[in-house]
Formats: sequence, C-alpha cells, structure tokens
Amino acid sequence: MANAAVLPALSIIDQLPLLTIVVPMVAGPLCVLFGNRHIAWLLAFLASLASFLFSAHMLLQVIDGDVLSYHLGGWAPPLGIEYRVDAANAFVLLLISGISTVILPYARQSVAHEIKKVSHTLFYCCYLLCFTGLLGVVVTGDAFNVFVFLEISSLSTYVLIAMGAERDRRALTSAYDYLILGTIGATFFVIGIGFLYIATGTLNMTDLAVRLADMDGNRTVQAGFAFIVVGMGLKAAIYPLHLWLPGAYTYAPSVVTVFLAATATKAAIYVLLRFMFSVFQPEFVFELHTLTWIIMPLAILAMFAASLIAAFQTDLKRLLAYSSVAQVGYMILGIGLATKISLSATIIHLFNHGITKAVLFMVVGAFVMRKGSSFTKNLNGLGKQMPLTCAAFVVGGLSLIGVPGTAGFISKWLLIDAALEVDLWWLALLIVMSSLLAVVYVWKTVEVLYMNEPDEGTIAKEVPMSMLIPMWVMAIACIYFGLNTDITLTSASVAADSLLRGGVQ
Amino acid sequence: MRHHLLLRVITKLLVGPIILFALYVQFHGDYSPGGGFQAGVIFAVAFILFGIVFGLEKVKLVFPPWLVHKFAAIGVLLYAGTGIYSLMLGSQYLNYSAFTPDHPEHGQHWGILVVELGVGITVAAVMVAIYYAFAARPPVISDEDW
Repeated sequence: MANAAVLPALSIIDQLPLLTIVVPMVAGPLCVLFGNRHIAWLLAFLASLASFLFSAHMLLQVIDGDVLSYHLGGWAPPLGIEYRVDAANAFVLLLISGISTVILPYARQSVAHEIKKVSHTLFYCCYLLCFTGLLGVVVTGDAFNVFVFLEISSLSTYVLIAMGAERDRRALTSAYDYLILGTIGATFFVIGIGFLYIATGTLNMTDLAVRLADMDGNRTVQAGFAFIVVGMGLKAAIYPLHLWLPGAYTYAPSVVTVFLAATATKAAIYVLLRFMFSVFQPEFVFELHTLTWIIMPLAILAMFAASLIAAFQTDLKRLLAYSSVAQVGYMILGIGLATKISLSATIIHLFNHGITKAVLFMVVGAFVMRKGSSFTKNLNGLGKQMPLTCAAFVVGGLSLIGVPGTAGFISKWLLIDAALEVDLWWLALLIVMSSLLAVVYVWKTVEVLYMNEPDEGTIAKEVPMSMLIPMWVMAIACIYFGLNTDITLTSASVAADSLLRGGVQ
Repeated sequence: MRHHLLLRVITKLLVGPIILFALYVQFHGDYSPGGGFQAGVIFAVAFILFGIVFGLEKVKLVFPPWLVHKFAAIGVLLYAGTGIYSLMLGSQYLNYSAFTPDHPEHGQHWGILVVELGVGITVAAVMVAIYYAFAARPPVISDEDW
C-alpha cells in the first residue's frame, strides 16, 4: 500500500478533470457558510468561470484525440472511480460551464427581481450544486458515478424549479411532476447499471465496453440497455417521455429555465451517446434495432408533434419549452442514424441549440422582468420599447429555424448531410419540413413583438446592461458559430470519433 | 405535552445518552458497524425527540435553523477539504495515503476519520433541517376558511 510515497507529485494540469468539478462543489456550501447574497453570487460566478477555463484547457489537451484519465483517491480503474476526459465530454463540459459563466452576470438582476432576498444564498448554492452535478455526469468514466452526479443535479433542479413559486404557484406542481418522473428516470438508469454489473462485474465504462463486446445475445445486458435508454430518455425528454419538461421550463425562475434548457437535457443526451456508442457497440443487433425502429421514429415524431404543439401556445416560455422537445428530436435523430456524420450533427446541435435556447430564454426572462409575464398577449409591440432585447430574440429565432449564417443552420445542414449519406432523402425532406414549423412559431412571436401596436398606456424600459450584455454575447455567439465553424465542427467530429472508438482504444 | 410528566422526564434523561451513543457510533465506525451516516441520524434523533416533547420553539432555541444550515455546509466542506488537502500535497483527490507518506496506513486512518466526521455533521444537520421544515409547516387551511 505504500504507493503514495513513490508516486511523483501531480501538477495542477493533471488535476484539471477533478478541479472542474470540485471548485463549484466547494463553492456551493461556502455560499451557505458566508450567508451573504452578494458573496454567494460572486462565488458562483468565480467558480463557474474557473470551471470554464479548466474545461477550455482540457478541450485543447484532448482535441487531437488524447484521453485524460484521473484516478480518484489514487485507486486505479477499473476498481476505483475514474474521471475520463476525451473530446466528446470536454466539448460538453465547455458548453455547460460556458453557458453558466454567461448566465450568472444575467442572473444577478433577474434573480433579485424574481426571488425574495432571503433565499438568494440558497438559490446560488443549489445552482452551484446543479452545475456540479451536470459537470460530474459528463466528466466521469464510471457508470455508477454518473448516477450519483445525476441525482445531485436532479435534486437541486427540483428545488430550483420550485423557487419559481414566488411568481406562480404552479411551479410547485411542476417541480413535483419533475421529481416523480425524474426519479423514475434515475431509478431506471440505476437498474440498468445494476443489470450490467450483474452481467460483467464492473462499473468502469471502458472496462464495461471491453467485457460487453462478446455479450451480444445476453438477455441481462439487453434488459440493462433498455432500462438505461428509457431512464436517460426521461431525463433527456425524448418525445413521449417529455411530459415534465414544459411545466418545469414554464414555471421555473427565468434564470433556471435558461440554465436547464441550455445544459440539463444536453448532459442527458451526452450520457445516451456515451452508453450507446462507447459502452455498448452499435454493432449489437438489439441496439441497431432500437436505433432504427424506436429512436428514429420517436425523433421524427418529436420534430413534428412538439413543433406543432409549440405553434399553438399562448405563453412564450411554454412555446419555447415545446420547441426544446422538438429540438431534442433532431439530436436523437442523429443518434438514430448512427454514422460518424450524424453523431457529429448531434454533438454540434447540442452546442448550437444550447446557445440558441440560452438567448431565447434570456429574452423571455427580460420580458418577465419588465412586463411581469411571458404570455404573448402581454408582449404586443415590445419591439419598439425594448429594441435590443427583441432584436436578440430575432437572432435566436433565426438560429432556431436554421437560417444560413446562424449556428442552427450548421447543425441542420450536417444532419441533412448525414441523412443523404445513407440515402434517406425523405428524411432530409422531413428535417426541412419540420424547420418550417419552427418558422411558424418564431414568426408568430416576431409578429406580436414588431407588428402589433403597444398596449395603451404601457411603458416598458429596456432591461439593465448586466442582462443585455450576456444576452447579446449569446446572440453574437449564435451568428459567430454559424459563420466560423472551425471550432465546433472540429470538436464535434473528433468527439464523434472518440465516441465511436469507444473504450477500446 | 406539559402534562406528560413521564415523557418529559425520560426525554431529559435520554437526550444525553443518545448524543453520547451517536458520538460512539461516529468515532468507533472504523472498528465496528457504524460511521458518519448512522451517527448523524442518531445525533439528529436527540434533537427531534426533544422537539417532539418540548415543542419546536424550545428546540429551535438550542439549535437555531440558521446554525443548522451552517453545519450542513461545514460537513460538506470538511469532506471536500480533506480531498483538497490531499491535492495540495501533490496527490490525487482524497488519496489519504498522502497525509503521512512514511506510513500510509496512518494517513488513511486519519483521512477516513475526518471524512466520516464531515458526513456525520452534514447528515445530522440535514435531518434536523428536514424535521424543522415539516414541523414548522402552517396547518392546512380548514374548509370554512376558504
């Protein structure tokens, strides 16, 4: 056991996979300990910024296809818990921490407006725990550890959503709905992990991949796979399992909605990707059948049904929530096609949709601040009163539709490319058609904002700079990543490669 | 429960031994069944029992809610801090052997003791916090009040 004495000291660079998680994890309880809402905000922001810088550094390290492996407590995998960072999760880590870093300056005013002062420190503590959980789900290379971090993020999410009760009591029932469904999802996931553990005797993902390689016909493994897909499907809000999402996004405080919409479902999709392509091999017959006959049809259903429902919503927040369900459909479609290009499309859409929805929900948060509600009927003619906010909505809306020159275009173009590559021209057509539905609901809102006359006697000021700047940082990111695709495309294709290569190096 | 003399006397007698037993379970956890989680629950039970018999206001005087929250945070920080200390010694997170490089077993012993103490403090605080949250709930509005 005298191993520690002979090991060379680790540098801070070696510790990065861990520090990304530990910094926000420690900042959370520190917020409570200081008990001051200004310090809490500052801690949250600094922790988030630190995680962002660490993730960026890690992405640079692994972009050439390297893998970082960190052994917790010095216990070597497969026995010990391993944090394993390759291009796929470094990219998702960068997305989550980047979004959080931009949201927090915005959060300050918005939270002050929507949540009572007493709860601010606890709010930032929960936010940091949720952030930690999401990062942890992505960084870890241990299947059971995924579940632990998933619970950390979920439990804090329930609290965060319930904090919307200040504005609308329905936040409580929405949080409760999500609690029940989220718990079922997490339970299914852990049952699936249990089955895999019975069959293989290991929890390390790399080790699982090796041991599962010749277990194609094993019923236990197949059942485990089914449980994991359904469990994560619930968390990712794949179409028929999305029922918690509209309520949760609609009634949560604006900042929480921005954060969840941009990151939470993305982390779940990442886990799905990891399990479907790294832990299980796509060559498995049962997996191929699942992808072709279950995942693909559900994805197409989501693209149309959820977009159609979105078009009929009267609450802008709920409209965007349904649009999120539809957009998850595109990501799932990329998984269903299971080629390298389609996986790149999924990963790049994770990113592009993350920044797009961040802009849109930030705009809704601004409307809520100035008009007290997000119902479309209260937003008449705001284009003249809040020009910068509304312009950001237009940019986000265009990216959501997938207009060339915006980030949304890149991911849809890649997805169509993937469909054509396997000669599914009708699928390419469906992708374009469902984008037209997005035009319907985005245009509907733009019409209310710009074409309608403002309501009599209402004056809405522009929101403070601390909210406008983050909003426009994201809006400009939507355009930037639509024009300059070097960073995202390279990362996504390396990530797809490392996913497909799986644990077997 | 002012008129329940027996309950009050026995509660007063029991609170001390319960806390003592919790500490035994806490610090003897590495030789016998027990550890931070169990000890934390037992520790919290002393306060919950006191609260049930003497009322929420009395127990809140002993262990005010703001202090409960601080303790919940301190426990987590103690756990995470142990890990960070091992980081600063140039080893992996929570690698207890780093504490006493010449004799890793001692380091491991100290490490688990501190970590379990952190678990115990947080669990006890959270248990009490949950009890406060439930007990302090205002009674449900009766039908006539609607």
